[in-house]
Amino acid sequence: MRVGEVPVYIVPGPIVIVQTLVRDWGTLYPSLVVTVLITLGALTAATVLGVAIAVLFAQSKWIEQSFFPYAVILQVTPIVAIAPLIIIWVRDTATALLICAWIVAFFPIVSNTTLGLNSTDHNLLNLLQLYGASRRQVFWYLRMPSAAPYFLGGLRISGGLALIGAVVAEFVAGSGGIQSGLAYRILEAGYQLQIPRMFAALFMITGTGILIFVVLTLVNHFALRRWHESAVRREG
Amino acid sequence: MREAQALVALRGVDKVYSNGVVALQGLDLAIREGEFVSLLGPSGCGKSTALRLIAGLGDLTRGAIDWADHLSSSARRDIGFVFQDATLMPWATVFNNIYLPLRVRGTPRAEAAPRVERAMEQVGLAGSGKAYPRELSGGMRMRVSIARALVAGPKILLMDEPFAALDEITRFRLNDDLLQLWASQRWTVVFVTHSVFESVYLSTRILVMGARPGRVTAEVPVAVRSPRDPTFRTSNAYAEQCRTVSARLAEAMQP
Repeated sequence: MRVGEVPVYIVPGPIVIVQTLVRDWGTLYPSLVVTVLITLGALTAATVLGVAIAVLFAQSKWIEQSFFPYAVILQVTPIVAIAPLIIIWVRDTATALLICAWIVAFFPIVSNTTLGLNSTDHNLLNLLQLYGASRRQVFWYLRMPSAAPYFLGGLRISGGLALIGAVVAEFVAGSGGIQSGLAYRILEAGYQLQIPRMFAALFMITGTGILIFVVLTLVNHFALRRWHESAVRREG
Repeated sequence: MREAQALVALRGVDKVYSNGVVALQGLDLAIREGEFVSLLGPSGCGKSTALRLIAGLGDLTRGAIDWADHLSSSARRDIGFVFQDATLMPWATVFNNIYLPLRVRGTPRAEAAPRVERAMEQVGLAGSGKAYPRELSGGMRMRVSIARALVAGPKILLMDEPFAALDEITRFRLNDDLLQLWASQRWTVVFVTHSVFESVYLSTRILVMGARPGRVTAEVPVAVRSPRDPTFRTSNAYAEQCRTVSARLAEAMQP
C-alpha cells in the first residue's frame, strides 16, 4: 500500500528505505566510516588550527586586521567551486577531502574564539594588571576561560559544516570518478536509478549530522553548566 | 609635617583623556597611613580617575604620584582594589576568585588555602568556597570582591563606589562590616563615593571634589569617635557632619 500511489523511483517509503539500509549495509557502512573519519578529522584540524589562529589574532589588533580578511575569503568562496582544484592539486584523495571540509569548518571557530578572547571583562584585565600579572597569566587565567562559551558555540556550528564540507567534496570527487564516502554511494545509486539506496545513504548522512550536533551540545552543556547563563537552568 | 607622613600623595596631577576630556586638573591630595579617606563628589568629577591613577592604572598627563620612601616598588603592588560591581570570574568558584591575586604571585594552592579561608571568614563568607558567583546575591558577590582585595594583605585598599549598586539594607550591613574590619586591621582605605551619608559614616577624612576640571575643593575631617556603630547613624553628631559635608558638596558643584 502506498499513499497516493507514488512510485518507489520517485519517493520510496520508509519501509523500503530501511530494507535497503539493511540489505546494502555491507557497502553503505564502510562508506559511512570514510565520511565520518573525514568529518572528524576536519573538525579536529579546524579546532586546533582555528584556536591557534584565534590566539594569534588576539595578540594584536594589527595581526587580526591583517589576516582576518584571508579567513573571510576562504569562508565566502563556495567550496564546490574550489574543491575540484584542491582535488587536482592534492594527490591523496582523503587529504584533499579533509582540506575541503576543513576550509568550511574552521571559520566559525576562528571568528567566535577571536571574539571570545577579546571579550574579557576590562575590569578583570585591570585587576590582573594591578597584581602585576604576566601576559601569559592574563591569557590562561582570564582570556581562555572567557572565550570558552564563544568557542563552544563556534564548534557546534563547525561540526555540522565539517560534515557538509566532507559530503560536498566527496560529490565533486565522485563526479570526477573518484570513489569515496557516502556521497559517492548517492551518486552511484543515482546513476543506477537505485532511488531507495540514495535515500538510505541520505538518511545516514542526516543521522550523522544530528549525532554530531547532539554530542557537541552535550559537551557545551557539561562544560558550562555551572556558570554560563546559556547552560544554567533558569529559576522559575 | 603632614606631607612627611603621607603614604601616597598626588601632586599637581592632570589627567586628559585621549578624547580631550580633562578629567583632573591640578589635583593635590595626600593619604596618610591608617586613614579612611573618602573622595566625595558628583559624577564626572574625576574621583574614580584619581583612584585608578593611584592604583597605577593609566598614565598621568602631568604631575606626580609619590609613595612613602619606606615602600619598595614591590610593596606598591600591595594594593587591594574593589570596583563598583563585584567583577568576579563567573567560571571560577568563590575560592578560586579569592585565590586569584595569590595565584598570580605564584603562591601554591595548598599554601594559599588557609589565607583564602581566612579572608572568606573575615567578610562572612565561611563555607561558601565552592559556590559560583551567579549563585550568590549582589551583597555576597561584593563580599567575595572585598575578600579578594584583602587576601594578599594589602597596604592600601582602594574602593570605587563599591556599594553603590546595592540595596540600602545590604549597604548598611557591608558598611558596618567594612568598618569593623578596618578597625581591626588598620589598613589605609581610599573610598570613592557620591553619598554624603556613606562618606560621613565611614571616613576619618573626606575630600570633596568638584567637577570639570576635577580637583579637591574642600577637606572635612570627621571628628567623631571611631569605630562607629549603627547608633551613630541616628545621632546628632552624624547629622551635623552630614550637614557640613553637604554644604561643602553644594559649593563644589557651583559653577
